[in-house]
Amino acid sequence: MAKTEPGPHNFVFGNYAPAPESKNHFKIKKSYDLFIGGKWVKAPKQFETSNPATGEVIAKVGEAGKKEVGQAVKAARKAFEGEWGQLSGAERGKYLFRIARLIQERSRELAVVESMDGGKPIRESRDVDIPLVAAHFFYHAGWADKLNYAFPGVKPKPLGVVGQVIPWNFPLLMAAWKIAPALACGNTVVLKPAETTPLTALKLAEIFEDAGLPPGTVNIVTGAGETGQALIEHPDVDKVAFTGSTAVGKAIRRAIAGTDKKFTLELGGKAANIVFEDAPINEAVEGIVSGIFFNQGHVCCAGSRLFVQESIADKVIKKLKKRMETLIVGDPLDKNTDIGAINSAEQLERIKALVKAGEKEGACIWQPEGRLPRKGNWFKPTLFTECAQSHRIVQEEIFGPVLAIQTFRTPQEALEKANNTPYGLSGGVWTDKGSKIFKMTTGLKAGVVWANTFNKFDPTSPFGGYKESGIGREGGVHGLAAYLNF
Amino acid sequence: MKAGVLNFPDRRESPTIDQVGVEERAKRFCARSIKKETKMSALKLAVTMLDVTTLEGADSVGKVRQMCQKARQPLPGDPSVGPAAAVCVYPRMVKTAAKAVEGSSVLVASVATQFPSGQMRLKERLAEVRYAVGEGADEIDMVISRGQFLQGEYRAIFDEVAACKEACGGAHLKVILETGELTTYDNVRWASDIAIAAGADFIKTSTGKVPIAATLPVTLVMLQAIEDHYDRTGKMVGMKPAGGISNAKLAIQYLVMVREVLGEKWLTNKWFRFGASSLTNDLLMQIRKQETGRYQSGDYFTKD
Amino acid sequence: MTIKKTYKLFIGGKFPRTESGRVLDVRGKDGELLANASWASRKDFREAVVAARKASGGWGKASAYLKGQILYRIAEMLEGRRAQFVVELVAHGISEERAEKDVSEAIDLLVHYGGWSDKYQALFSSANPVASSHFNFSVPEPTGVVGIIAPRRGSLPELVSALAPVIVGGNSAIVLAGENALTAITFAEVLSTSDVPAGVVNILTGKRAELIPEFAKHMDVNAVLLCSNDKDEKKLLDLESAENLKRVSHQKDAPLKESPYHILDFQEVKTTWHPIGV
Repeated sequence: MAKTEPGPHNFVFGNYAPAPESKNHFKIKKSYDLFIGGKWVKAPKQFETSNPATGEVIAKVGEAGKKEVGQAVKAARKAFEGEWGQLSGAERGKYLFRIARLIQERSRELAVVESMDGGKPIRESRDVDIPLVAAHFFYHAGWADKLNYAFPGVKPKPLGVVGQVIPWNFPLLMAAWKIAPALACGNTVVLKPAETTPLTALKLAEIFEDAGLPPGTVNIVTGAGETGQALIEHPDVDKVAFTGSTAVGKAIRRAIAGTDKKFTLELGGKAANIVFEDAPINEAVEGIVSGIFFNQGHVCCAGSRLFVQESIADKVIKKLKKRMETLIVGDPLDKNTDIGAINSAEQLERIKALVKAGEKEGACIWQPEGRLPRKGNWFKPTLFTECAQSHRIVQEEIFGPVLAIQTFRTPQEALEKANNTPYGLSGGVWTDKGSKIFKMTTGLKAGVVWANTFNKFDPTSPFGGYKESGIGREGGVHGLAAYLNF
Repeated sequence: MKAGVLNFPDRRESPTIDQVGVEERAKRFCARSIKKETKMSALKLAVTMLDVTTLEGADSVGKVRQMCQKARQPLPGDPSVGPAAAVCVYPRMVKTAAKAVEGSSVLVASVATQFPSGQMRLKERLAEVRYAVGEGADEIDMVISRGQFLQGEYRAIFDEVAACKEACGGAHLKVILETGELTTYDNVRWASDIAIAAGADFIKTSTGKVPIAATLPVTLVMLQAIEDHYDRTGKMVGMKPAGGISNAKLAIQYLVMVREVLGEKWLTNKWFRFGASSLTNDLLMQIRKQETGRYQSGDYFTKD
Repeated sequence: MTIKKTYKLFIGGKFPRTESGRVLDVRGKDGELLANASWASRKDFREAVVAARKASGGWGKASAYLKGQILYRIAEMLEGRRAQFVVELVAHGISEERAEKDVSEAIDLLVHYGGWSDKYQALFSSANPVASSHFNFSVPEPTGVVGIIAPRRGSLPELVSALAPVIVGGNSAIVLAGENALTAITFAEVLSTSDVPAGVVNILTGKRAELIPEFAKHMDVNAVLLCSNDKDEKKLLDLESAENLKRVSHQKDAPLKESPYHILDFQEVKTTWHPIGV
């Protein structure tokens, strides 16, 4: 028996003391213009972008209309036919390397702005998003002078002007996924960031300026859906790249029907994460958590459907609940935050509506104890047990921190249920048995399969979906094909 | 299971461990940023969890007495700091240590069972346990026979731990797995389950005498074994990482991990200890820094 | 009097008449009736999709070695019936010399793509050097059920150049044959005697305007290869394909050049991650 009992320690009981990331080492301008042809161009209208954790307005940004989009496409065409288009692959590569370095140097600033504008925890923007942004530019920089080796038997050529529309869940990372391969392949770009998260893309434009990128090579036009539509439908855009919802993806597909525009679509998902009784169970629980709660569940490849083998379901759910109780929801800029703010009030309403539907349809909801901040958009990490394939929360993409749990008895049953969806972006398998892993990973109809891990990303690794989760791949050698003509 | 009857554990209850996954998880605890009053509190808590240790051939009566003084009163003039949980010495030094900590809350722990290798007949190893307890040890830190474990003689490990527990009488038993020699997390988990099933009061990572000692992920694997045992039986088992925890920052990361894996119940020196020698002064320097805002120099802290 | 052949459809390994009871009268260069070919209906198309879906799992999982052998077997059988194809093509108004050349080309295409069966995967796969401790690789997998709108004119090379890359990649196919319907159905007879599993290839003869919308709309068709110079056909296909995000490959109304990239057009790249540890 110990002879002492330590006195009350607030380490043991209270919450961790606030550990906010500082934001006094850089500047956010009050107002941003459009970045067209290497210059900052005033838009006829402006809209506000705010911090979803506080509701405070951070800055005003330009809303590009048809005219400005046209200017941007024209500038991109000029650069494609001019300075950028005439550079050798090796010289293009050097620009990309330089951009990668500048991103690394300003990584702290970019991480903080990303968290302020989008609501994601600083731990993620600092440790995941921004390092991957730099890595994507580094990776593609090296391809610029080696494209003839990428595709045997053909001499690839750039497409021309690429119009890119990206979402709000990984604002700068999606910009990097789109811009880096486009430039490496010799194209020029007009990019439209999401309307709720335009700031890091505008910071990236500053970096392009600092890197001396030839004017017009990349143009950034901020705005909402109409701006994106103007870009996609512009007749002088040779290729469209879109990441976002399946509904919008289909609309884009229709908008460019009958044209010669090439396109890649990276859309929604409803990934199955399958846990067998012989899984490394503690790591599996961690994988389930990162699978669904990473970035508040605003992840197209989120492991939103959990399938647990019936024999270990109770154990896994118990461990999962316990783990969820340690997740810290709150200020995105606090270094200890695990789950930040929901990106917009609109998205929060969507999540709430689907969760309500889940309860109504008879699934069993569970959330950890604890209070949410009063101001801003928040949602607790949530799980549903007693789910069935027919429930809306199992069928529809929630795009929030909500997990739907089902059990299964045999590998065949797991595969059948996992593939029983119009989506096919990603999937997960947890088992200690090698042959079972391959049986499952080859059986899953999904573009990315994580075995004994989840939600891992790398610029060398192609990403993209089967079925309604999209068309084409991004990253790796396969991703280059989307930006080249053979 | 009847009370008092020990059963060899079912290996199917011992989950496999994915190395990459467990190391990632451990890294995530390091991303917690412990500041201000939370940090101060964690530092002071860590001091109370120290098993201040000397395990050298050169250990002498004088050395052990000085160390015990430090354990009793880590920061002279500040009674809010410490005392440490225990001192940890070789059996020959137990009597000296017991006398030196008399009247304080500091316990005396003794290594035994042919520490650090364990390469001796069980009979002699048990005799050593009884000797140390007889000299006044409150706690015994035994080593398991890693060679036998790696040969697959898991039952022998179960039996030696159970026998040591019996030999301990009223003293608490800490079972050193020497994780650096078991090499895989799967082995660490299985050895933890065997030791716990055989009656260990604490499981402990290392002797400090092999190159790889305590790490966060290896400790995490052991904490999970403790957690699963608690979930199954409602019985708590203590944890002691030892060796390689040389600074306050690392110690706080361990405490964060214990808090988030096992919960607040384990955050006392009844259930968690640090086996360390150089950690003490770094904790003290950090406490002083928190108080004064000034980074400290070793010259201002006693080296015993 | 010589007995004439009845030309039917090829669905699920069988030769059914069209359920619609309609026929296309196929006439030779002098206007004589060659045959009453089946005029496939929407329902025939739907039956073909069901057959193709049923066959797609097994064919997709068949070994590359087997698929290569089966394509080679088709070439062998085609060679064996060379004379019949030449006669039929000549009846359609093609010169004998050209007919011989067409059959040879079709055979060469089958041999060529048969050889790709166990090679394109290596060409289009990658081991990706990710920064974390994971083994990561990407491999092509068949897209599934593929609709083929074959070139409008021409004979065997047009049909085979569109079909071979699709099936060697492990997909099952529903082909809408070009105007040379008789050759397409005789080719189906070759397929049915070449160890091609039932349903892997389904061949319909009918009207493009009637059937292209069906190819485009059907939710269980994963991809469509359109060989067409007609912009309206492409637009219609693009529009309707949006609903289930069909993969659309648009090619000219002409034989497709030999290329493994035509195989890749009907592949999905799957990337698998696994930790490396002990």
